[in-house]
This record gives sequence, structure tokens and C-alpha cells, in this order.
Amino acid sequence: MNAVNIVTARKLAKNYNSLRAVDGVDFEIRQGECFGFLGPNGAGKTTVMRIISCFLAPSAGSVSVFGLDAAQEPDRIKSRIGVMPQEANLDPDLNVLENLIVYARYFDIPKRSSAPRAAALLDFVELGGKTNVRIKELSGGMKHRLLLARALINEPELLILDEPTTGLDPHSRRAVWEKLEDLKARNTTLLLTTHYMEEAERLCDRVAIMDSGRIVTIEPPATLMERHGGNLEQVYLRLTGRSLAD
Amino acid sequence: MRINFLRAFRVWQRHWTVHTKLYKSSFALNFAEPVLYLVAFGMGLGVYVAEINGMPYIRFIAPGIIASSSVFAAVYECSYGTYVRMEFQRTFDAILATPVGINDLVAGELFWGATKSVIYGASITLVVALFGLVDSPAVVLVVPVIFLGGIIFAELSLIFAALVPGIDSFSYFFTLFMTPLFLFSGIFFPLDVLPPAAATIASFTPLYHLVTACRGLAAGAPAGVLMNVFWLGATALLLAPFPFRLMRRRVIH
Repeated sequence: MNAVNIVTARKLAKNYNSLRAVDGVDFEIRQGECFGFLGPNGAGKTTVMRIISCFLAPSAGSVSVFGLDAAQEPDRIKSRIGVMPQEANLDPDLNVLENLIVYARYFDIPKRSSAPRAAALLDFVELGGKTNVRIKELSGGMKHRLLLARALINEPELLILDEPTTGLDPHSRRAVWEKLEDLKARNTTLLLTTHYMEEAERLCDRVAIMDSGRIVTIEPPATLMERHGGNLEQVYLRLTGRSLAD
Repeated sequence: MRINFLRAFRVWQRHWTVHTKLYKSSFALNFAEPVLYLVAFGMGLGVYVAEINGMPYIRFIAPGIIASSSVFAAVYECSYGTYVRMEFQRTFDAILATPVGINDLVAGELFWGATKSVIYGASITLVVALFGLVDSPAVVLVVPVIFLGGIIFAELSLIFAALVPGIDSFSYFFTLFMTPLFLFSGIFFPLDVLPPAAATIASFTPLYHLVTACRGLAAGAPAGVLMNVFWLGATALLLAPFPFRLMRRRVIH
């Protein structure tokens, strides 16, 4: 594979006091792929994501994004990534459209550029008719789609999604998956954490199986299921001795 | 410590956008309280307290009300306001996923708190002037002084917001800190009537210097307030590192 690496992590570790949340992991994420971190709560997925998105500094090791060192140039990295968080942290003091316009300002995107972009993104996530609606009037699925639109406002080269469909009903979940498949088709690199097998099987080109802060293996889902048998859930149980539901 | 002031401005701008949407509902309320104080104390109590230091009582307290209203505007914004954005709305996490860093965010909160001080302080000054309670056009100089006071109280509030375990803890900040300051900073009576030890303690507090500066400017004696302004500036500088350090510790984990 001669694709360009968007993210390179080397011996990455993160301690919280005495807890070793991430315990020396190495991985690369290639341009245009969808890469998934799979594991139960507490496996270290979210911590890895927070380090890549320059929110947390690693305790040891290094991570580079777009060839830039995350510890040295967080601003330049953050201007080129989009982050869809696990919790719906939309700005409740602003309406749907204002959420996108104000968010664009944090990236120094002027309104003449952000206004048409926001309109196109709201159409993309099927919220075109909701521009002036207040956040608290949106359903859970709508909030998720607006979070996705917000994460795309700076036209990111790398989109980071932390449990993008947790808490959604099956219909809303499929709606988000379709949007992510659209983005993949447009060559956006996707990085997601999940504990849903179906999500990983459907979206990810490669998955890193995480357990207690370590990466057990990194393979395409199909390869894993072929080699170890069964679906990803059974693969996970065989590799770690634990159930993903834990 | 690096602050990117353009990014801090983006945070300030977010608050300005929200404020201009909502100001109609909150603006009148913020006006009402200082006017009530002026009427109750100036006109009510003022009947019995004719003069303080040769000044009609309502003229004595008016600059103090300007100072305290401006300070409380910053305090509410950077205690409850900041805490809600940080813990309940998770607005901080959303902003920190953009090129805005934690220092830029804290600077934005501080400048916004001070801006609220200026908005309310300047409005009350206008009201007080319309009542004919100021002697000198030098009163316009209260605007930069109020800004400085706003920075100090925004700093103190952010320090507290970074330390509290929950939103209910702010009642300690108000009851044990803000209320005594309000009562013993020379707003309602000169400090020299207090026991000497208490008067000395009170004369070290930032609100005392802000009140004294506002009073001097309203009376048309700007030169006499230079020491107070210097003291406010020094306090703002001394406090500055703490909100940045404590907020980083609270938010980044």
C-alpha cells in the first residue's frame, strides 16, 4: 500500500494519575480510508481520539497529523480536521444556522464563505428546512446530523467521529451511515470509534481492536472475520477474552 | 504562555452574538436593580443622611452604584455564565475542537466579562448623569476604569468557576466574598467609620479602589484617582495567570 499516511502514532501513551488509559500504541491512518477503533468503554478509544484531535497531550510517544507534530502545531492541525463529539454540544443559545456560522468563525471563515457552505451542509444532512429552529426543538437524530454538519464546516481533510451513532434509533443510525458513506466516496479520511459491530463492518476499511489501552490487532474487518470466524463481536471475544458489551 | 488575540476575539464575538439576540430580555433587569438602590438609599435614606463629606448622600452613593453594578455584571457572566457554558452546555469542548486554544478561550471569557461591565457600568453612568448626579464631564473616564475593574472581577470569578465542584458552590462566592465587598467598599459609607483594622482590610479590596476612582471622576478630580487606577491595574496583572492555569487544569482531561 503506497497511500499517504494522514495520522502516524508511535508508542503513544496517556496516563491519568496512576491509570494507564493508553499503553504505547502504534498505528497509521491512510488518506481516504475509514479507520475504526473498536472496543468497549474504557478501552482507551476516546483518549486516542482526543490526542489526535489535539485536545489532550500524550504522556509519552508522539502523534503526527498531516505530517505535523500534534504537540507542536495543534492550531494548524485543528484547522484541517473536523470533530464530531459523542455528546451533543451544540450551542443552545444559537439557532441551527447560527450554530454553523458562529462555529465557522472559530476557523476564521468569513460569513460570505460560511453562509453558502452552511446552507449546502444543512441540505446534505437534511436539515435545510430547520435553519431558524432552536437547538432544544431538534430530535436526537437531528442533533446528530447537525453535529456532523458542524464538523464539516471547515471542509476537513480528516473527520474524527466519536461514537457517531450511539443513542440513535436504527433509522437515524442508518441516516448517519449514509452520510458517512457519501463523505468516504468524496475521499474524506474518516476516523471513528464504535462499539457497534454492524457500524464497523459496514463503514470501516480497517479496524484497530483495542483492549485495556493496547491495540490487539489492526486488520480489515473481512480479514478478521475470515481468520477468526464469526462476526466482529465473536472475533473480539476470541482476541481479548472479553465481550464488547462489557 | 501564548494567547492568540484574534481567536480570543472569536470567543468574545460568540458571546456578543448571543448577547445581541437576548439583550432585550436581560437589559432592563440589569438597569432596574441599580436604579432601585439609588432610589431606596439615595432618596429614602438620603432624607436622614443629609451629607457625607460635604456631598449630598445620593451623590455620594451614585458612583458606588456605578462601580458595583459594573462589577456584578462581570461576576455573573464569568461565574454562573462561564460555568453553564463549561459544564452543562459543553460549549467549551465544542470550541476547543477548533483552532481556538484554551488560553484563547479564557482570554475571550475575561474580555467578555469586562465588556459586560462596560455595557452596564456605562449605561448606569448615563442614567446617573441624566438624574444630574455627576459634577464633571470627567465621568466619561469611568469607562476604561470600569473595564479594568471588570477584568479583575472576571478573573476572580473564573478562578472560582474553575475550582467549584458544582454550581451550588457559587453561593459561597457570593455570600462570603461578593456581599461583604459590596457592603464594605465605601459604596454606602466612608470606610473611616469602621474600626481601623477593618478599614485597613477593606482598603485593600479591589472594589474599594474602583468605587473611590469612580467617585473621584464623577466629582471632577481625575488626578486624585491615579493611585486607585494603578492599584487596579496591578491587581489585574497579579491575578492574570491564575484563571488560565486553573481553567486548563479543569477543562483539559
